[in-house]
Amino acid sequence: MNAPLLDIAGLEVAFRTPRGPVAAVRGVTLAIARGERVGIVGESGSGKSVTGRAVLGLLPAQAQLRAERLHFAGQDLRTLDAAGWRALRGRRIAMVMQDPKYSLNPVMRVGAQLIEALRCREPGLSARAARECALERLAGVRIREPARVFASYPHELSGGMGQRVMIAMMVAGGPELLIADEPTSALDVTVRLQILALLDAAVGARGMGLAFISHDLNLVADFCDRVVVMYAGRVLETLPAAGLHAARHPYTRGLLDALPRLDRPRATLPVLARDPAWLDGDGR
Amino acid sequence: MIRVDGLEVRFGDFTAVRGVSFTVAEGACFGLVGESGSGKSSVLRALAGLDGERGGRIEIAGAALAARPDKAARRRVQMVFQDPYGSLHPRHTVDAALAECLAIHRLDRRDARIRAVLDAVGLGTRLRYRYPHQLSGGQRQRVAIARALILEPRVLLLDEPTSALDVSVQAEILNLLAALRAERRLTLVLVSHDLAVVAHLCEHIAVMRQGVIVETFDRAALQRGAFTHPYTRALWQASGPYRREHAAALLAQAADD
Ligand SMILES: Nc1ncnc2c1ncn2[C@@H]1O[C@H](COP(=O)(O)OP(=O)(O)OP(=O)(O)O)[C@@H](O)[C@H]1O
Ligand SMILES: Nc1ncnc2c1ncn2[C@@H]1O[C@H](COP(=O)(O)OP(=O)(O)OP(=O)(O)O)[C@@H](O)[C@H]1O
Ligand SMILES: [Mg+2]
Ligand SMILES: [Mg+2]
Repeated sequence: MNAPLLDIAGLEVAFRTPRGPVAAVRGVTLAIARGERVGIVGESGSGKSVTGRAVLGLLPAQAQLRAERLHFAGQDLRTLDAAGWRALRGRRIAMVMQDPKYSLNPVMRVGAQLIEALRCREPGLSARAARECALERLAGVRIREPARVFASYPHELSGGMGQRVMIAMMVAGGPELLIADEPTSALDVTVRLQILALLDAAVGARGMGLAFISHDLNLVADFCDRVVVMYAGRVLETLPAAGLHAARHPYTRGLLDALPRLDRPRATLPVLARDPAWLDGDGR
Repeated sequence: MIRVDGLEVRFGDFTAVRGVSFTVAEGACFGLVGESGSGKSSVLRALAGLDGERGGRIEIAGAALAARPDKAARRRVQMVFQDPYGSLHPRHTVDAALAECLAIHRLDRRDARIRAVLDAVGLGTRLRYRYPHQLSGGQRQRVAIARALILEPRVLLLDEPTSALDVSVQAEILNLLAALRAERRLTLVLVSHDLAVVAHLCEHIAVMRQGVIVETFDRAALQRGAFTHPYTRALWQASGPYRREHAAALLAQAADD
């Protein structure tokens, strides 16, 4: 069997804060193969985004990272220098951030940012070709008026438009691994379906590996191949996506039960009751 | 409590909202769903008396909303923004953000109020002195909700309040909002893409597309999927389980229009 595209073992991330260190990720082991869609779910603060940012080397200076293994396509990410990261980030690994509008440059028009991302892959692109390509990308993510959005600043976009611009930029480089952090949370369900189909196409056609971070358990169960359930900086369990609804762990069950349902209205929704024993769980 | 009549919102020569009308009774919850970019956030911002050039008429608690509402009017209507990162000052701790709201509106018992509201949104005091970048996405969203609630508004405008939250925190927030409605007769306007969330809280729901409301219906109709407009039916279908072939077909079809 081929080595996985992304291979993480024993990842730990702690932040220094004035009130002492905060352990955000406490020993995550996780692999993603080419052409595989891995869902990452888990409660708020469980370390999903920090894990994603660690893979891209985008942790702030006050973060301390340790890992037994942190490999992408056979390369050790822990030993990468600045030039090494430039060759990877945005080209071979990309991340759609959870707060798309915050992650876009606020003082630069959307079009210029998109062109920058395109040139990252094809430096020789002429101004005209770049513009056309950028407009095509915007239409590709189902933006209704690509020309208006091209000329807009990020604050002039709706939430879902910002999210789609971010996706267009990140997919522009044709990455081998895409870490998508809540990529469709601000999209209406019809546009969401089309964006998921686009991601699916990249997975199917190019064998892109996809880490799909989401709170939408129903979606993850249908869309992904495998699901990693995180709790308090650890992987609590890993399941085939199709088996998510049959999960047995009380935490995963608790998440599933907390969902409001159209077909079964309830006055009060159940919330998680946490068990301290979960803190030491290890679902490798 | 809220009466909106022929609302228009313009940004330069682009009209984002074109003649939207609806009413919301005191203590009720009104849901807005619809296409991304259709003007839902613009409607909420208009209700909050924020930016954009506004046309038409908005009445809140029987009084017309002024172009530049005064402090008391602003306090009555609080908004939780779609993008929690952008709406929190990066150099203010959670505590400072909440204390600032209280200071602007000259409210007393600041420490007790801050503690109570952090508790109400399920944050506790552990994160009280953190900066926004030191919080997870869901924690930031709860701070944003706390900031709106601490002013004890009559109307709460919620723009995708739970899309950044895990489902358990979402359940907590939905339960909290339901309790606030019951206890304080708080009137809510909720924008969400999640039809189950909307059905859970709202009695009446409007669907927006390209700046207009295409259809309005009640909760029972939403639960049954009884709609008349084709766009609403498409939304309803798309909110079912993800089916790979269906999504691919939709993508191919949309590429052809
Ligand atoms: N710069 C930082 N300094 C201190 N703590 C941090 C920092 N960044 C993140 N954290 C903490 O690390 C933990 C994990 O955060 P992370 O953003 O990965 O959560 P998440 O699983 O993505 O949650 P959400 O679903 O709410 O986005 C949280 O408790 C958060 O408060
Ligand atoms: N400050 C602004 N300047 C210019 N155009 C704006 C501004 N704010 C919003 N718009 C435009 O108004 C339209 C409606 O935006 P709005 O944010 O109300 O949409 P929405 O329905 O909330 O969408 P989403 O579900 O994606 O958040 C969009 O086309 C957007 O580009
Ligand atoms: Mg996150
Ligand atoms: Mg919006």
